[in-house]
Amino acid sequence: MKRKVFATLDEAVADIPDGARIMFGGFGGAGFPNNLIQALARKGTRNITAISNNCGTRDGELGLMFKNNQIKHAIAAFPGPHANYFLERYAAKEVTLELVPQGILCERMRAAAAGLQGFYTTVGVGTEVAAGKEERVIEGQRCILEMPIHADFALIKAQKADELGNLTYRLAARNFNPIMAMAAKTTIAEVEEIVPVGAIDPEHVITPAIFVHRIVKAKGLRYA
Amino acid sequence: MPDKPRLAREQIAQRAAQELTDGAYVNLGWGIPNLIADYLPAGITVYFHSENGILGMGRRAKPGEEDYDLVDAMKVPVTIIPGASFFHQADAHLMTRGGHLDAAVLGAFQVSEKGDLANWKIPGAKGTGNIGGAMDIAAGAKMLIVCMEHTTKDGSPKIVKECTYPLTALACVNTIVTDLAVMDVKPEGLLLREVAPGWTAEKVQAVTGAALHFKGHVREMSFV
Repeated sequence: MKRKVFATLDEAVADIPDGARIMFGGFGGAGFPNNLIQALARKGTRNITAISNNCGTRDGELGLMFKNNQIKHAIAAFPGPHANYFLERYAAKEVTLELVPQGILCERMRAAAAGLQGFYTTVGVGTEVAAGKEERVIEGQRCILEMPIHADFALIKAQKADELGNLTYRLAARNFNPIMAMAAKTTIAEVEEIVPVGAIDPEHVITPAIFVHRIVKAKGLRYA
Repeated sequence: MPDKPRLAREQIAQRAAQELTDGAYVNLGWGIPNLIADYLPAGITVYFHSENGILGMGRRAKPGEEDYDLVDAMKVPVTIIPGASFFHQADAHLMTRGGHLDAAVLGAFQVSEKGDLANWKIPGAKGTGNIGGAMDIAAGAKMLIVCMEHTTKDGSPKIVKECTYPLTALACVNTIVTDLAVMDVKPEGLLLREVAPGWTAEKVQAVTGAALHFKGHVREMSFV
């Protein structure tokens, strides 16, 4: 069996290079891989393209990475009212932003995961989001073309993993994590608990192990 | 004669709640819509949807029962009701975009007489604006209700011929509930269905930036 369980957070992120495209799970304070984010801050990887719903909550979540100026481009749906470090960098033109409707952000990642070269949608037609995008009429409705979002790494948070990498989540902390796990080339999951292979009922697996490459155990961190 | 008082935010929510039917699946947006859950008509059950992956969201958590893995789209700890389910964000927006929900209720900065919605960015404001799930919800809702104040704080109409704020979606709004009126967006324009107690169609028209259609006496809202 391929060894996926890493002993430390720092080892789990040790090979993430400058310029990497990285997805970060989490929504509304729940399901953020905050321990992995801190490890990536310690490592000091720079010029990151970050794909995440939001851009940090003060010093927490991606806030730490914007504070350290590790991110050069963000792809997000809701940068957020408490993303002060992002907003400072954005105002200073040290970081650029592609703002994406939230469900379309999900589907663009899912297209990457599914080997699809984009899709047409009515979402965003006639808005700033449509700027520069191909438009056509399908079934009588104006649509725009949305392209896949790929990533080199996904940093995600799950509740439980078996040693093979099958994952379960807790309540609404699931959010973006399963989608990002499928979309990135290398998925690194921080989990509260690691159990032997076979200990998770196959009926209850949310993210199948094929999508998960590294697992590290860490007590979840939350920022208000 | 001075104008009668306008409705409080809670009363707007209470009136909008009357538009919901027993057993409906409904998404509530930020602001006034978020108050609707507290004002459902007696005897009906509504299954509230949260874009982070909850169907069957219940009341807000009481002090001491908060679980920060179970939050709504505004990051507030909530509860669930029997029959609830959890799913990832892509499925959450598949529900909004794919027309699976019975209704969605959003706040707005402006609504046009054609039902165009502007609710994600104020021109000239600092920062980037936050789209979040609004574009997916607006583009896909089978029935989109907007709850908002009828005018801005300085008295400018928020119901207009053409939106001047950045758009969320074109021709998406079905019904508008404000502190002064209930209106339906129809092919011929805005149909004034009800006015706030003590208000007349003419007085509401005077603070509306688009033509209101009505025949004879327009009934007053009731809050039984």
